[in-house]
Amino acid sequence: MSLKLPVYMDHAATTPCDPRVVEAMLPYFTERFGNSGSRNHRFGWEAEEGVDWAREMAAKLIGSTDKEILFTSGSTESNNLAIKGAAYMYEKAPAGSKNRGHIITAIHEHKAVLDPVKRLVKEGFEATFLEPGEDGLITAEMIAKALRPDTILVTIMWANNEIGTINEIPAIGKLCHEKGVLLHTDATQWVGKMPTNVETDNIDLMSWSGHKMYGPKGVGALYVRRHRPRVRLQALQDGGGQERGFRSGTLNVAGIVGFGKACEIAMNEMAADAIRLGRLRKKLEDALTAQIDVSKINGHLEKRLPHITNISFGFVEGEGLMMAVKNIACSSGSACTSASLEPSYVLKALGVGDELAHSSLRLSLGKWTTEEQVDYAIGEITKAVKKLREMSPLYDMHKEGIDLSKVEWAHH
Amino acid sequence: MAYGPKIIDHYENPRNVGNFGSQDSMKSDKRIGVGLVGAPECGDVMQLCIKVDEQTGKIQDAKFKTFGCGSAIASSSLATEWLKGKSLDEGLAIRNSDIVQELSLPPVKIHCSVLAEDAIKAAIADYKKKNGQAVEDHDHDHAAAGR
Repeated sequence: MSLKLPVYMDHAATTPCDPRVVEAMLPYFTERFGNSGSRNHRFGWEAEEGVDWAREMAAKLIGSTDKEILFTSGSTESNNLAIKGAAYMYEKAPAGSKNRGHIITAIHEHKAVLDPVKRLVKEGFEATFLEPGEDGLITAEMIAKALRPDTILVTIMWANNEIGTINEIPAIGKLCHEKGVLLHTDATQWVGKMPTNVETDNIDLMSWSGHKMYGPKGVGALYVRRHRPRVRLQALQDGGGQERGFRSGTLNVAGIVGFGKACEIAMNEMAADAIRLGRLRKKLEDALTAQIDVSKINGHLEKRLPHITNISFGFVEGEGLMMAVKNIACSSGSACTSASLEPSYVLKALGVGDELAHSSLRLSLGKWTTEEQVDYAIGEITKAVKKLREMSPLYDMHKEGIDLSKVEWAHH
Repeated sequence: MAYGPKIIDHYENPRNVGNFGSQDSMKSDKRIGVGLVGAPECGDVMQLCIKVDEQTGKIQDAKFKTFGCGSAIASSSLATEWLKGKSLDEGLAIRNSDIVQELSLPPVKIHCSVLAEDAIKAAIADYKKKNGQAVEDHDHDHAAAGR
């Protein structure tokens, strides 16, 4: 069988929809098109049934009850609602004053967490931005040191989107519960890939998205704990009072049904997928690091998701490298691939030098990644790094034994 | 980033990749000028080497090595192509805006052309210094520098 190009290795960015998800969604665009809020006719009831079923699937996947699931447009909205909604509800002082409460997060969180927290800081809250070590992990011990009497919320992602590292969520949750502080986790890269139980994992608020787990884009969920403690949120969007008043707006019924189907499939298949993808990633990493000198895997080597790898190849620049492997869709921490022209702040947070951050490639595998595709990627990347190093003045200097950190560079 | 065909061509078939020997041997050769600009932590470093014909004073050969994105590689590749056969003054007359135009560089990549112009100037200045010629202080009048 010939390999179909390009090969998709960017599943941490988004995943294709599972055909079974699409199939489940389709009737909700046409014959079951009703508004789930229409209480008095069959069209509304059918739509509501679909939403109820999806809510049940989402709850089952994470070990919660149906009533603790809110549907949103995705993780960004879920994060905003959890973080701002909790801060406004549990504030120590009203709007317009200072010292409204303390929030703990980390510098290598996703922007959809960092920016809501930064907005709250502007509005009179205080925040601690924890810095990870070079393994990229946030531990319960780090949280313990940062907790203050006025801390109201801890928001730490479960697994990092760029390097796949897994933070100590259950232990952080246990600590938060002991101290009476809420824990929100952005679990976008985690849920649907790894086993989750909000009870034993001690979580109060959790965000995740459909499109990272073979569901549709534009739909996500927020878990909001109802017992011990009962978490309250201030709604950010006003209107018809849908989703128990937390999130007004007509429900995206077809999207929600697709989300539910993706949750159901994940429950049954994620364990086997994780084992298979872990094996493929190992093959990929072992081959690349063996064949390419001065290459380094970023982040903790064990405590990370099985399907993501982030590797820096010294002396070649990430965007140039991505151009050279144009038949592999992946991403890079290079400045040239970001809108800000800054190298990855996640890699910088790990103390990866800017130079190696520019040289990084993130490859993320998925349900339909084949061994053949992995073999192809190994060959293409190895070839590309070799070609670019032949063009790289830095590689020459390295071979001549020149210490690049000692060179006086003409900063541009 | 979706690039135009000229950038892709220079990136995929870079002209004049290389140098004229090790750093030390180039340093001791009076016919050679080396310009090394940029910094690894900024994500681009260009090394542009010229070899000048002592009889005619013209650039007889030019080579580059670049650590950088596709535009940086294409800009330096184009610079070497343009430099060959030019006098030093003609080389100094190459503007980054010429490179932008020739390659249709997107606005966020203009700094790559600026770096290429700097590399040309640095290589020529290095040659002149080695040969006891006065080096003019060029003002940086780049068109819309990218950063």
